[in-house]
Parts: sequence; C-alpha cells; structure tokens
Amino acid sequence: MLLNGVRFAAIARARGGGINEMEQTMAVSLRESVQVVSDPQNLDGSVDEVFQMMLGVNCVRIPGPLETEPESVTAVVGFGGLLSGACVFKCGSSAARKIAAHMTGMEFEEIDDIVKDGIGEICNMLAGAWKGKVPNLAANCGLSVPAVITGRDYNLHVQAPEFQLRHAYQFEDAGFEVTIVCDGLQ
Amino acid sequence: MSEIRALIVDDSSVMRKIIERSLRQAGLNLSVVHEAGSGTEALELLKTKDVDLILSDINMPSMDGLEFLRQIRAQNLAAGVPVVMITTESSEEHVKQAIQAGARGYIRKPFTAEQVKERVLPLVDAA
Repeated sequence: MLLNGVRFAAIARARGGGINEMEQTMAVSLRESVQVVSDPQNLDGSVDEVFQMMLGVNCVRIPGPLETEPESVTAVVGFGGLLSGACVFKCGSSAARKIAAHMTGMEFEEIDDIVKDGIGEICNMLAGAWKGKVPNLAANCGLSVPAVITGRDYNLHVQAPEFQLRHAYQFEDAGFEVTIVCDGLQ
Repeated sequence: MSEIRALIVDDSSVMRKIIERSLRQAGLNLSVVHEAGSGTEALELLKTKDVDLILSDINMPSMDGLEFLRQIRAQNLAAGVPVVMITTESSEEHVKQAIQAGARGYIRKPFTAEQVKERVLPLVDAA
C-alpha cells in the first residue's frame, strides 16, 4: 500500500514535469538496457557518493540480511515514469540516530522528527543518485517525496518485482540496507 | 564580505540546516537565514521579508521549486535576487527547466561545501 502510494506520487510528479511528453517524443525505452539499470555497482556507487559527501564517512558492503534491532526506521521514495518502483532505506534505531548525528552535528536519544527527516533525505539522495547513473533514467523518471515509517515488528512486502537489488552496508558500527525495487520498466 | 540575508527552501529541516552550514563554511557572512518548507511558504515569506540570496529544492509538496521560481517572477517578488536550485534531480532537462524558470545556479544533492562555494559565491559577489 505504501509502495503504491509513493509510486503514484512519483508518477504524478513525472507527469507534472512533462516527462510523459518527453517519453513520447524521444521514444526512449529502458527495456533494452535492463542490464545497465539493474547493475549492482550503480547502487554501491550511489551509497558511497551520498555517505561520503553528506556524512563524511566511507561505507563497506556487508553480507545481508541486516541484523535486526527491535525498533527500526524505513524510508521509501517512489520512482515514476520510464521506471516505476521505489528506493527503500532501512536501518535500526541506533544506526538512524548515528546517521542523523553525522548529518546535523547533534546527538539524538530517540527517533524524533529530525532523525526521521534525515533518514528520508538520505533515501531521497540515494534514489536521485541511483537514477542519475543510468542514461535516460535521470531525465525520464520522477521521484516522490520520501515517506518514513518507524516502529517494531513490521515487514515491507513487495509483490513479484521486475527486478530487485538489496544490499547491506556498514560504517563504523552502523548497518543499513538499501533496496531498489522495480515493478515496471518501459 | 557584506552581510547576506538568505532564504532556504526545502521540505527537509535537516537539509535546510546542512545548506545553512555549507553557506557559512563557504565564507558567506549570513546575517539572517529565513527557512521555508515549501514554495507556498516561501512566497508568503518573500511578501514581507527582503533577502539577498535564495536556495531552493525542487521536489517539495504543496508547491515545487520550479513553480516557486515561476511565481516569484510572475509576482515580481525578490527582483534581481539570485536563486540557486539544490536538488536530487540532476538531468540536463531539469537544469534547463530551472534556468528557463529563472534560476541562476544549480547544485545537485549530495553536495560538498566546496561545490556550494563555487556556485554561490560568484553570484553573491556579483550582486
């Protein structure tokens, strides 16, 4: 439901930005370049870029799945246009607080609105960086504004995506997971 | 450097703080920093406050950054004030749309303080 919501928002944004008209005139298709779109290195490169530039830290890829904490934070940014789907960022409470601390220079005792806002923005930048690495996708795929979920014992279920990339990373002792879900490619 | 009154428009309060910090790191002497969470909020603010520099996101709820740019020109607000877009959208098409709407600069998120310095300082010096 949430994924559908952010995806529809991204589609609406793509249409508002004239992306539909662009698709028709340019007859752009990503179908033939699915290998490029699903290249795992694009996701690794996006994570490096965002975390180095915005937090000043280097991330290493770790074997997933991530060790779960009782409380976690998940941010979702929808893709709409030539590709529909979402970028999902998930981490435990301690990692979320650490990420927000690096971004703001403040310390956080709990998952407050600033932490949620920071995690949403990280997901937004990851989605933007990732789509920017694929020719044609940067201009022909809109992003929704981030949606952020916090809580305990929840799962995000995606039905039969066209492809999915799920990578886990770590900096210092903070682990997080980034998933690119593609449920439609034109 | 003379004092600068800046307006930062972004739906993320964390990003607004990061942008402000980057401007200070770039050497700007900020006397006042106004913040707005959307284009709508920023337009209202510009009706009562004078600013010397505007930095705006594009993807925002309520009114996005491109529409905000068009509206400040249409309503003749902040005449001559340089506007720099700071956004995750980085395609040439987005840059073109922003420039056509009146932006004087474009910075892609994620960004470094050095990039902010390179793109913003010349605009402020020229003003």
